[in-house]
Amino acid sequence: MSALKGDRAVPAPRSGHAAALDRKRLLNTRGWTFLLVLAAVAIGVPWLNATGALPDYAVPLIGKYLCYALLAIALDLLWGYCGILSLGHGAFFALGGYAMGMHLMREIGDRGVYANPELPDFMVFLNWQELPWFWWGFDSFPFAIVMALFAPGLLAFVFGWFAFRSRVTGVYLSIITQAMTYALMLAFFRNEMGFGGNNGLTDFKDVLGYDLQSQDTRIGLFVLSALAVAGGFLICRMVVISKAGKVIVGVRDAESRMRFLGYRVEGYKLFVFVLSAMLAGLAGALYTPQVGIINPGEFSPANSIEVVIWVAIGGRGTLVGAAIGAVVVAAAKTILTGLYPEAWLFVLGGMFVFVTIFMPRGILGVWDSMVDGMWETRGMDPAERRLKA
Amino acid sequence: MLRTIRVLLAILNLALIPPALADEAALRAEIAKLAEAKFPQVESVIEALAASGDPAAAPVLTALREGRIYWRKSDLVVVTGEKAPKRSLILRDPLSGEELETVKSREAKKVKVNNGLRNLIDGALSGLTLRAPDAGTRLIAAEQLFKTRDPETLPALDAAIAAETDEGVAAEMRDARAAIILQDADASPDASRVAIARMVERGDADARTILSGFGSDDPMLSAAAQSGIEGIDRSLRLWGYGQNIWQGLSLGSVLLLAAIGLAITFGVMGVINMAHGELVMIGAYTTFVVQEFIRTSAPYLFDMSLFIAAPLAFLVAGFVGICIERGVVRFLYGRPLETLLATWGVSLILQQAVRSIFGPNNREVGNPSFMSGAFELGGLTITWNRLWIILFALAIFAFLLFVMKRTMLGLQMRAVTQNRAMAADMGIRTGWVDAMTFGLGAGIAGLAGVALSQIDNVSPNLGQSYIVDSFMVVVFGGAGNLWGALAGAFTLGIANKFLEPFSGAVLAKVLVLIFIILFIQKRPRGLFALKGRAVEA
Repeated sequence: MSALKGDRAVPAPRSGHAAALDRKRLLNTRGWTFLLVLAAVAIGVPWLNATGALPDYAVPLIGKYLCYALLAIALDLLWGYCGILSLGHGAFFALGGYAMGMHLMREIGDRGVYANPELPDFMVFLNWQELPWFWWGFDSFPFAIVMALFAPGLLAFVFGWFAFRSRVTGVYLSIITQAMTYALMLAFFRNEMGFGGNNGLTDFKDVLGYDLQSQDTRIGLFVLSALAVAGGFLICRMVVISKAGKVIVGVRDAESRMRFLGYRVEGYKLFVFVLSAMLAGLAGALYTPQVGIINPGEFSPANSIEVVIWVAIGGRGTLVGAAIGAVVVAAAKTILTGLYPEAWLFVLGGMFVFVTIFMPRGILGVWDSMVDGMWETRGMDPAERRLKA
Repeated sequence: MLRTIRVLLAILNLALIPPALADEAALRAEIAKLAEAKFPQVESVIEALAASGDPAAAPVLTALREGRIYWRKSDLVVVTGEKAPKRSLILRDPLSGEELETVKSREAKKVKVNNGLRNLIDGALSGLTLRAPDAGTRLIAAEQLFKTRDPETLPALDAAIAAETDEGVAAEMRDARAAIILQDADASPDASRVAIARMVERGDADARTILSGFGSDDPMLSAAAQSGIEGIDRSLRLWGYGQNIWQGLSLGSVLLLAAIGLAITFGVMGVINMAHGELVMIGAYTTFVVQEFIRTSAPYLFDMSLFIAAPLAFLVAGFVGICIERGVVRFLYGRPLETLLATWGVSLILQQAVRSIFGPNNREVGNPSFMSGAFELGGLTITWNRLWIILFALAIFAFLLFVMKRTMLGLQMRAVTQNRAMAADMGIRTGWVDAMTFGLGAGIAGLAGVALSQIDNVSPNLGQSYIVDSFMVVVFGGAGNLWGALAGAFTLGIANKFLEPFSGAVLAKVLVLIFIILFIQKRPRGLFALKGRAVEA
């Protein structure tokens, strides 16, 4: 793509030393730390809430951050390890969210404004006579969960199958993923699509019989989100340390070379793409009940690209960094939009510019160099130390 | 019914008498009778006014129909009244419109009309206005008759046709006459045949409606009407395609405008500039500022505002572009994905900056007089602003081609793009050329903003709505190829407009996006892919 490669200082492919060496064990020190912190949050937040130190609204809010963290981990697997920059991951997240939202709509039953036992409110409002076929089955919770994984997975499979087979790569791929989520946003905005149009799906009452407004249910969902993040992290780690993981990193750093070595690059890419999309769908499915609404705005290209900045800020190719980035940026957004609504976009935009130019390896990258520098002053080779650790 | 006929007979009489005979004094005498008038008196006044045949009576009748005729309680003078604040009325002379005085509402009484009288006024008005001195008024009256198709207006219409001097108005009157005859079951077969031919000649959707409403026992006539309908359908369909193509060209020109600057930064330089849409927005806001300035200090320049705004927008957006290149992009050459993220950040900052300065709402940018209105070309309706925008887009395209192929800067740009090291060895300041190229692309985006301000809302989100589209155009046309951008823009524009009737506007757009996504699978480098060495460069 780049016409300018050659005399510019192109950084060496980012098979960074940290990433290269922790490919051996499922959980290294950093992985354990991450899981321990996650466990501490999963226990600590409800406990603090129970003692009254944390207000009630904070629980679903932090739960939302956890969903973002899972989404970021999913994108990091794709971008950090396979080098595919998807600018449409919000689409998979939103599809998962819609699948869950549809189930929650069915659970409302006849408690809607129009008290129609058969149809959700917005369909009654639009004078629809019967439930469209794609809503069939969403009365069942397991079906909805399966669809929350299956729908994004299927979209990713079809999209990726076409794209990778015809070797659309790099920026071109990024731009068509953006077009994909943009097209979906336009489509979901239409009332005729049968997904609630502009307003999306909302006014949920309960899930599996538990009232969504009660604090107990919220804490339950919060703990589930934490578990999902841990689970997603472990799955991604397993992929990364597997032999396939090595091939995937190879594809990122030298795609043609892997192809010449005889690997079916398309298959590996497709696998990562679909897995990543399904994790994003899971994050979306947990997001909807905690936030209480899902609407087409989730498909907007701006949302998807914000996920990329989470990963970039945390440090791509680290998984843990992606989760940290997601939580830090999302929390900063909550705080700043409350205090200085004008300033938020300046800060976010500034982060994009600053991180790409000055912190190409993100927060964790900066941390690594600090630690390395510390060890070097004690006369120990950082690589050697990490091998021992 | 009798009343109507009487009015018509009166008009018919007057068709023979020159209207000048009905002098103003007579009109005033009639109007004066409206004071304290009950419905029957009002009726007789309407008839008399209609019989006067004087077009000056028309505004009085209109005012009467709309309930704006009053009489002053103090002296029984009949006036038109206009409601003013604080329950008062501005009184005017009914004929000259000269302002008399402002009184309290209760000091004047309205002349009331009922629906029967309103119908009577309508008939009288169309008769009066058919003979109005102004051709535009007569045309409107004829069009009105064409719509109402009242058989009883036929004699008045015939007289008006005989007296008509303006060819266009006469044609419209004959159309109205034909429409009335086809409506009339008692019309003679000969007259009907002529009328059918007339309608077929007219050949638009209204004519089709009238023909399809025509029923006759005579099989010859029915067949003639039927074949007339089919002929009209055929030509309407052709004009419909024409209109689609025109609208497609119009949309294509918008896409071209949005994408053409990108064809430089992305296509030629290979820089993914996500802030491109914001540069367009800056161009639009420059136009807004120029117009504001002109409004407050030099209103006579308003029609020139776009000519002033265009070079300014080019410079402002170009300057911002050069700042982006020097400040951000140059550190990221060779890292396209990072460039994409950083320029997205820049786009957020620019958006918020504009929002903070100009506020989040839409800003109004006016159309200069030469860009407002529309004209008819056969069955096509062509608005001037769209036409100018197409021409503007093509002019920018030609300008860009000229710069790229015929100037030193263009030569250096192409040299740097093809082989940077070699170009540097030949003494080209590659950094400077990078900045200028980016600045050129940004400046073109600013020019696009001037044009888009004429047809779109000028708001901080303006750029966002074009960014995906413009990338699609460049990717579809093939990066690095200006002609590709041209072909891509117009193909996508026309495809979109042809899909719209079947699927609705939003779905058409979705379908086009899906099509492009599939198309890129087939030809990952676009319609006009670069061949040879440049491909892998």
